[in-house]
Amino acid sequence: MQMPAPDTRVFDRKDQIVAQLRAVLPAAAVITELSETRAYECDGLTAYRCPPMCAVLPSTTAEVAAVMKICHDMDVPVVPRGAGTSLAGGAMPTADSVILGVAKMNDVIETNYYDRYIRVQTGRTNLSVTGAVETDGFFYAPDPSSQLACAIAGNIAMNSGGAHCLKYGVTTNNLMGVTMVMMDGTVVEIGGGHLDAGGLDLLGVICGSEGQLGVVTEATLRILPKPEGARPVLMGYDSSEVAGQVVTDIIQAGVLPVAIEFMDRPCIEATENFAHAGYPMCEALLIVEVEGSDAEIDAQLALIMKIAAKHNPVELREAKDADEAGRIWLGRKSAFGAMGQINDYMCLDGTIPVSELPFVLRRISEMSKEFGLDVGNVFHAGDGNMHPLILFDANKEGDLELCEAFGAEILKLCVEVGGCLTGEHGVGIEKRDLMHVQYDAPDLEAQMAVKDVFDPKWLLNAAKVFPLDASQTRRAI
Amino acid sequence: MQPQSETELSKMIADATGPLRIMGGGTRPIGRATGEALSTTGLSGITLHEPGALTLVAKAGTPVAEIESVLAAKNQRLAFEPMDHRTLMGTTGAPTIGGVVAANVSGPRRISVGACRDFLLGVRFVDGAGNIIKNGGRVMKNVTGYDLVKLMAGAYGTLGVLTEVSFKVLPSVEAEVTLALTGLDDATAIKAMSATLGSPYEVTGVAHNPESGLTQFRLEGFDASVAYRADGLAKLLAPFGTLEHVIADWATVRDVTDFAGRAGDVWRISVKPSDAASFGAKIGADAVRYDWGGGLIWALCPTGTDVRAAMGETTGHATLIRGTGQTFHPEPAPLAAISDGLRAKFDPRGILNTGIMG
Repeated sequence: MQMPAPDTRVFDRKDQIVAQLRAVLPAAAVITELSETRAYECDGLTAYRCPPMCAVLPSTTAEVAAVMKICHDMDVPVVPRGAGTSLAGGAMPTADSVILGVAKMNDVIETNYYDRYIRVQTGRTNLSVTGAVETDGFFYAPDPSSQLACAIAGNIAMNSGGAHCLKYGVTTNNLMGVTMVMMDGTVVEIGGGHLDAGGLDLLGVICGSEGQLGVVTEATLRILPKPEGARPVLMGYDSSEVAGQVVTDIIQAGVLPVAIEFMDRPCIEATENFAHAGYPMCEALLIVEVEGSDAEIDAQLALIMKIAAKHNPVELREAKDADEAGRIWLGRKSAFGAMGQINDYMCLDGTIPVSELPFVLRRISEMSKEFGLDVGNVFHAGDGNMHPLILFDANKEGDLELCEAFGAEILKLCVEVGGCLTGEHGVGIEKRDLMHVQYDAPDLEAQMAVKDVFDPKWLLNAAKVFPLDASQTRRAI
Repeated sequence: MQPQSETELSKMIADATGPLRIMGGGTRPIGRATGEALSTTGLSGITLHEPGALTLVAKAGTPVAEIESVLAAKNQRLAFEPMDHRTLMGTTGAPTIGGVVAANVSGPRRISVGACRDFLLGVRFVDGAGNIIKNGGRVMKNVTGYDLVKLMAGAYGTLGVLTEVSFKVLPSVEAEVTLALTGLDDATAIKAMSATLGSPYEVTGVAHNPESGLTQFRLEGFDASVAYRADGLAKLLAPFGTLEHVIADWATVRDVTDFAGRAGDVWRISVKPSDAASFGAKIGADAVRYDWGGGLIWALCPTGTDVRAAMGETTGHATLIRGTGQTFHPEPAPLAAISDGLRAKFDPRGILNTGIMG
């Protein structure tokens, strides 16, 4: 993965820059020793590492603004960081950058059940947002797999999704307002407890901008009343084509499950060996979950089971109680861990039209043979967001490169069939150089024009998202 | 001008020498744009409807009615329930899907499922320099690059002329019932509405009409589920009165038809529901309607009333939908600078619906 050469004009002034940062932050909030900056050398995409010039951990929006102004005035690149769980390298530093971590900012500022929102500092973890309101019967809907660790700041930057977004939408559909610090230190307030933007939908373009437009320090998030209950059903099929058809039939029937999860045979085998969830050995497994009162769940599941039964399942199992529900989810939730136990893996997240599922799975399996690398598929089938896990051996020379080449081919396939490179993880550095596959030059130019407005000097997380050749002239300013 | 293709549109814009006034069906004369009329109605037709993937793609000039009828044939719908402005504005013509997107038009169901922008998956548009640009796509989850899709929704054509839009659509419902309380004052009605929105009963419409005294709650879904939730609502709302079944008329709520033919300015005000009753009382309106559980206030005010002057510390914004004052709520300086900067990038000559959002 190519990254721009560090700017020596920045590096040569390290002492001066650090002194300025120390003048506006408590001593412990400025980290400069290599032994400590190493903690920030990568995020969840661990294949690529580079310690930053320094890291800062501000505690308030005012401190963030002070840091940003210094960096802006001294032309220092800034890489914002939430919890560092990005799978796309969104928080990976460059050697000439200041890592700006929001981890210390994790307070709940306001909970408002009447207007159904919570306002938090963005270093707060996703799960602890729900944690702050669940005893009062509410929850925050977006639920990325990393929700125990990932921060709202990163969720907003990447427009994170999760297993339940078929019904509840992704981050952008649940974000009502932000306090954001611009690169020049200006603090802006966008949206709030009311609905819909007054002017241009700036909130909409900030969400998912991968930390390139500003540092979001506070967020107003929609909270929803918890459903009365939820229940999953597990189905196994002999072919992924049939499973794909079941998904389509369920969706067309007018039921809107909160989640439809899919696993293929390699994933089922790996998770069975690992978690012993009692899954049937078959080509394709679906977990479909619905919500509501007991009576509502019964009615919805009756319809779903009827559709499922029509397609000759090898297994059809409805959870009778919380324990069985837990067992049905157990394998799915431990799928990544199970695959990781076999080998290193790369997790992709291209999205495809649901109708293309069987074709894409067949092609992936063919390509797996061509590249000589095993792949397991586990993903959100309801919305076509795939997660092929390509297994490789990081200690074997050339394997990572081979794996990346295979991954790139899968993502190109996703785009070819009408989908996209990334459904919920973001572009970061991982898919940066594939952006040409999905977007033509004017499309990328329009996106980069947005960054020009928010960050004219291109100092903020600049070597991400856009292919380096496309952003070259802008970054050179 | 009435381009018949995206390419032709691109050339027309590139060659334009003066301001262009972008028109879909011409049914939503919101804001004042000047210049030569540029109609999108030549760009019409549904490009793709894949019911099993809940996806519909259409050219921007496609009539909304055509889309709704194609969806209905497959038992699906645009869940955000786009408002039809014709009665309120006294306009004729066929609303287009591009117009719906350009103005981010939603209806009562917005409170439970989201706005037009939440269902918009992708756009194609021509910017002010004539560049053809695409963003997003036709799949439900897509974080590839910046989300210009949201930015285009509600931009009133000032960043580009939409040529194609793709949507997530949802299944229609088996049953719908509307329940109502009567005789509540505004503050109490909004309390009741808020209580239902904070309950697990999934109300898909919550509106209060102070003139009729009716506070309405809509439930949708499968028969058994609707019946169960109607019971739940009755218990929940018992402290507010007895919930009665009424004949649903959400089109009146959605389209604010009550204000048609009544003199005065019409304002659309977005506030927190908890601020709605006090705000509604202090703007000197002749009549108000509350939708979205109080989050949306429609106000009929004497001509020339400055509703924004009453905002004070209240967060939100007010749009003058019918009347001759400033249409859009002025933005704070740093946000106005960003918006101006974006317009300067996407429309460097300032020719697309110039001044419409000013």
